[in-house]
Amino acid sequence: MTDTVTTHGVPERTAPERMVPRRPRKPRAYPIFRVVVLTLTVLVFIAPLVWMLVASFKTNVDIYDSGKTFFFTPTLDNYANVLGRNNYFTFIFNSFWVALWSTVASLILGVPAAYAMSRFTMQRSAMVVLMARIIPGVSLLVPWYFIFANLRLVGGFGVLILSHMFVALPLIVYIMMSFFDSLPTELEDAGQVDGLTPIGAFLRITLPLSVPGLATAGILSFIFSWNNFMFALVLSGANTKTLPVAIFNFVSYASIDWGSLMSAAVIVTVPIMVIALFTQKYVVSGLTAGATKG
Amino acid sequence: MTATVTNKPTARKAYSAWANRHRKWLFAAPAMIFVGLLIAVPLAWTVYLSLTDAQGSVRAESNFVGIANYLKVFGDTERFWPAVLRTFTFTGGAVATEMVLGMGIALLLWRPFKGEKWVRVAILLPLVATPVAVGMMWRLIFDPNIGFANQFLGWFGIPAQPWLSGQGTALPTLIFVDVWQWTPMIVLILLAGLTSLSEEPDEAARIDGANSWQRFRFVTLPLLRSTVIVAIVLRGIDALKTFDILYATKGKGGGSFHEVETLNVYAFGLSFDYNDYGIASTVLILFFLLIIAIMWMITYRRKGEGS
Repeated sequence: MTDTVTTHGVPERTAPERMVPRRPRKPRAYPIFRVVVLTLTVLVFIAPLVWMLVASFKTNVDIYDSGKTFFFTPTLDNYANVLGRNNYFTFIFNSFWVALWSTVASLILGVPAAYAMSRFTMQRSAMVVLMARIIPGVSLLVPWYFIFANLRLVGGFGVLILSHMFVALPLIVYIMMSFFDSLPTELEDAGQVDGLTPIGAFLRITLPLSVPGLATAGILSFIFSWNNFMFALVLSGANTKTLPVAIFNFVSYASIDWGSLMSAAVIVTVPIMVIALFTQKYVVSGLTAGATKG
Repeated sequence: MTATVTNKPTARKAYSAWANRHRKWLFAAPAMIFVGLLIAVPLAWTVYLSLTDAQGSVRAESNFVGIANYLKVFGDTERFWPAVLRTFTFTGGAVATEMVLGMGIALLLWRPFKGEKWVRVAILLPLVATPVAVGMMWRLIFDPNIGFANQFLGWFGIPAQPWLSGQGTALPTLIFVDVWQWTPMIVLILLAGLTSLSEEPDEAARIDGANSWQRFRFVTLPLLRSTVIVAIVLRGIDALKTFDILYATKGKGGGSFHEVETLNVYAFGLSFDYNDYGIASTVLILFFLLIIAIMWMITYRRKGEGS
């Protein structure tokens, strides 16, 4: 028996037993190694974003000039061009509007569903909703396009919001299920003993306690909708175009206006990064939801 | 029990009692109906379309052709099978690299230290950045003539690379972009797993004289097994379906030689650039079955081995 335990690659100790086991000396090199590697990691993740930001303040002449990689006269022309001449305020609004309503609608549908699935352990139903996360979006886009084109809805906000809900809903159900799983039922039970109906207990006790979970689910759903490209590429019209589609359309011409393209990229990424930084705790807990349950 | 419909408070009570009794389905049904309508109906339609020669306009007539599309797709060694291979290359390359790097970074971040906050912020930024914008950003950096990547290589005397515009280098470059954006996700998931571990097994192994590699390989990694599998499954599903960065950097058809055309890009192109709905649906059904099969294999293995 002891043999099988000690053969896990751990060398058996040959030294006589000590009363107080001495910790092996920590190698000095490790802290330095750690700092160096982590600094490099941070650089690799941040540098490209800084590069994008820097390029957005350069004229196209400067972007083409390798002598002006780091030293140049910053200009706001690109932003003026993108926001002024290219109607980007409309696209910003479109992205925001679609993200907002698809998130709100998905929360209304998804939170009670997640609650029921968690409390009644409806595993098969949960699987149905989570299937939406597995199915390739393109396979639904063709029929959606058929259906919505026949209903003459393609190009409106409604279709975009519906399609983004398709991404948001499984995400919200997934996050809220693992949140409700970890929420003790005692308080709800106590509420019911005190005369609340089960639904009353959910509305008045569980929901207020779920604010952190709701924030997590809501923020992530907003981010995913804001970043979504494929659905809007097919289903949006000239007036409902979202930011990622607008940026993509920038390069469909022969020569690329790099400065404006980079400022457009900054305009789409910076708001979402700011939101993510202020709500870091929630974003991280949402991205890692269910990861430790196994 | 003797409630009359005219008695309003009693009717409300009866309704409330009914709602509470059926709250399980009352709560779950709207979401499930929504998902069902948006998935089941379209999926059934896609299956039907894959058996027809539908193409051209949305309202055009189409004929039932049986499994002809499937035979055609299976025999297509020019676009379909290379796309399958690229999908596997991209997913395998990206997820494997992300797992190794992610595990390394997660282990470095595991024990608290000064400045931890900054590293966490830095790794969160790529993760939330809009993929299309990320694609455009790397397109500028990897531009063969004006990009920083070649300028950087030049400092070390390394000749300029074609990166995204090279037929052989485009896919590896895009794997790199995917790794840049999604390694943080793996770090966060693994870090959540690591922090939930109790320190005792690690401590015990240390006292027994195990070195760091042995402690990682024989103590931490087995304890982290389910988290690692969750990370692979979540990332794998998304990597198989990668579309945004491929389409944003290489455009229609995955470049002029289809060098980055994965199944998703191929199916999208068939559907919306060529309006070849019948063949597109066939490719999509096969792609969908492939994803299901892979996910089933991973989760089946997991159940089979037990814990």
